[in-house]
Amino acid sequence: MPQSRLTGSRIRERRLFLGQKQSALAAAVGISAAYLNLIEHNRRRAGGKLLQDLARELRTDPRSLTEGAEAALLGALREAGQRMPELTPELHRSEDLAGRFPGWAALVAAQHQRIRDLEQLVEALSDRLTHDPELAASLHEVISAVTAIRSTVGILTEGGEIAPEWRLRFMGNMRDEGRRLSSAAQGLVQYLDAGADRDMAPVVPGEELAVFLDQRDHHLPELEGLHGATRDQVTARINGLIAQVGSLETAAAKDVARQHFRQYVEDAAAMPLAAFQAARLDCGGDPSQLAARFQQTLPAVMRRLAFAPTMDDLPPVGLVSCDGSGTLFLRKALPGFSLPRFGAACSYWPLYQALSRPGHPLRAVVEMPGATPRRFLCQAICLPREALRFDLPPVLDAYMLIEPFDDARMGDAEAHALPVGSSCRVCPRPGCAARREASLLSADAV
Amino acid sequence: MAKQVLVIEDEPNIVAAISFILSRDGWTVGTHANGETAVQAVLEAKPDALILDVMLPGRSGYDILQDLRAHELTRRLPVLMLTARGQRTDREQAERLGVNRFMTKPFSNAEVVETLNELVPG
Repeated sequence: MPQSRLTGSRIRERRLFLGQKQSALAAAVGISAAYLNLIEHNRRRAGGKLLQDLARELRTDPRSLTEGAEAALLGALREAGQRMPELTPELHRSEDLAGRFPGWAALVAAQHQRIRDLEQLVEALSDRLTHDPELAASLHEVISAVTAIRSTVGILTEGGEIAPEWRLRFMGNMRDEGRRLSSAAQGLVQYLDAGADRDMAPVVPGEELAVFLDQRDHHLPELEGLHGATRDQVTARINGLIAQVGSLETAAAKDVARQHFRQYVEDAAAMPLAAFQAARLDCGGDPSQLAARFQQTLPAVMRRLAFAPTMDDLPPVGLVSCDGSGTLFLRKALPGFSLPRFGAACSYWPLYQALSRPGHPLRAVVEMPGATPRRFLCQAICLPREALRFDLPPVLDAYMLIEPFDDARMGDAEAHALPVGSSCRVCPRPGCAARREASLLSADAV
Repeated sequence: MAKQVLVIEDEPNIVAAISFILSRDGWTVGTHANGETAVQAVLEAKPDALILDVMLPGRSGYDILQDLRAHELTRRLPVLMLTARGQRTDREQAERLGVNRFMTKPFSNAEVVETLNELVPG
C-alpha cells in the first residue's frame, strides 16, 4: 500500500477525534508511547501489520490513513519549491512540512498560487501596454509634439541668426504643436481615466465580443436547440442575445458578434448538445472521431468541443483560430496557456504549422514556459473558409484545440514537447529562432 | 563642400527644426517622410549621414536600417536613429542592426548637431 509521510498526522488526528490517549493506543497495538509519538509526528513510518492494527483500534480503514486529500497541497508545495531552486528548499520533506505545519504549508501553497495569478495579470497588462493601438497612438502623439516644441523653442531662444520668415514659421509651428499636445494629453487622460474604471476594457470590436464570451465561458444556452428553426427565428434569437450584451457597444462589435453567433447556431444544430456530450464522453473527446460520427468538419467539432460545457470526466479545452494572415480571431484560453490579446502569437504554435499544410490535421505536445513548465496537447487543422474558386486564391482558416497533456490518459509520459510561448514580448525563452522582438521577462532573451 | 545629411522623419515640424539647425551648422539637408520608399531615397541621395526615425508610415526604421546594412553602398553609412521609445531593448535592437547612434525623443538641438559632427568629422 503506498504510504504518505502524512500517515502519522492522520493517525494522530483520528486518535484525538476519538478521544483516545496516546499511551492507550500504543499499548493496544503493542508499541511504546514514544514510538507512536514518533509515528504521529511523521518521524517513523507505520506499515504492514502495525498499520492494520492502528486502523482497527482507530475504527477506520487503513487506506483512509494512508491516502488523503493532501495530494494537491503537496503538488502546490513542490511547485512553489521549484520556483526558486537557488534557495534549495528541501523538496523531499514537503510531506513533513504539510504534516507538521499544515497552516504554514497551506499559506505557502496559497502564496504560490497568488504569485502565479499575478504573473498572468502582469502578462496581460504588459501585452496591453505593448500592443494597445489606442495607447501607443496617444503616447506617440504626445512625444512627437513635445519633441517638435522642444526643438523649436531651442531654435527661438538659444540665440543665432533667424530670418524673420523662419521666425514666423517656427512661431506658427509652436502654436500648432501646442494645440496638438493639449489635445493628445487630453485624449491620454481620458483613456487612462476610462481604463481605471473599465478593467481591461476592450479596444477593438472582436475584443468586446471576447469579453462577453469569456464571462459566459463561451457557452450560449440561448443559441442551443435551434435545429429546424426558420432563418427569421434564428435572427430574432441572435438579435435578442446581442441586445442583452452590455459589452457590445459598437456597431462593428455587434457585426462580429452576429457572425460568431450564426456560426454557433449552425454548429449547435448539426451537433445537438445532449448527443454531442454523450458522444464526446464515448470518444474521450477525440475531435477526429467526433467529426466522423457527426459528419462535420474538424473546425466545427473543435468549436463545439470548446464552447459546450466542460465535462467532469474530460479535461477542459481551449481554442484559438487564425486566418491566412496569422491574425487571431477566436480565443478561448486555458489556464497556463496564455493567448495574446493583441498582436501575433508564437510562431511555433501548431496553429501556424497547420496554415502551411492545409487539409492535414496536426497533433503535437507543446510546453509553455514558466516556473513550472506546463505541457499541452495541441490539435490543429487548416481548411478553406469557403468553396474553392478558380478566380481567387483560397481564404484559409486554421483552428487549434488545446488541452492539458495528461500523462496517464494520453500515455507516453516522455513524449517530446515542443517548447513554445504565448507571444515574444512575454516569453522568456533565450536563443529562440522564432523570436521577433525582445522579451520583457528576461534581459537576455534576445 | 558641405556635408550632406538625409532626414527620414514623418513629423513635419520636427523635420523643420532639424533641417534648420543642421543647415545653420553648415549641413546640406535632404528630407524624406515615407518608410516604404526610404531605402531608395537613401540610395539616390547618397548622403554622408542619415537621421532615421523608428516609427514611419509604411515601414519601421529598424527594417530600413536592416536593408541599408545589407546593401554594399550603405553598409557603412553613419546612421543616427531617433525614437520615442527609449527602452533598453529598443536600443539593443538598433545596435544589433548596426546603428551608429541612438537618440530618444525629445532631444536637444545641440545633441543632434554634436552627434552628427562626431559621426562625420570635418
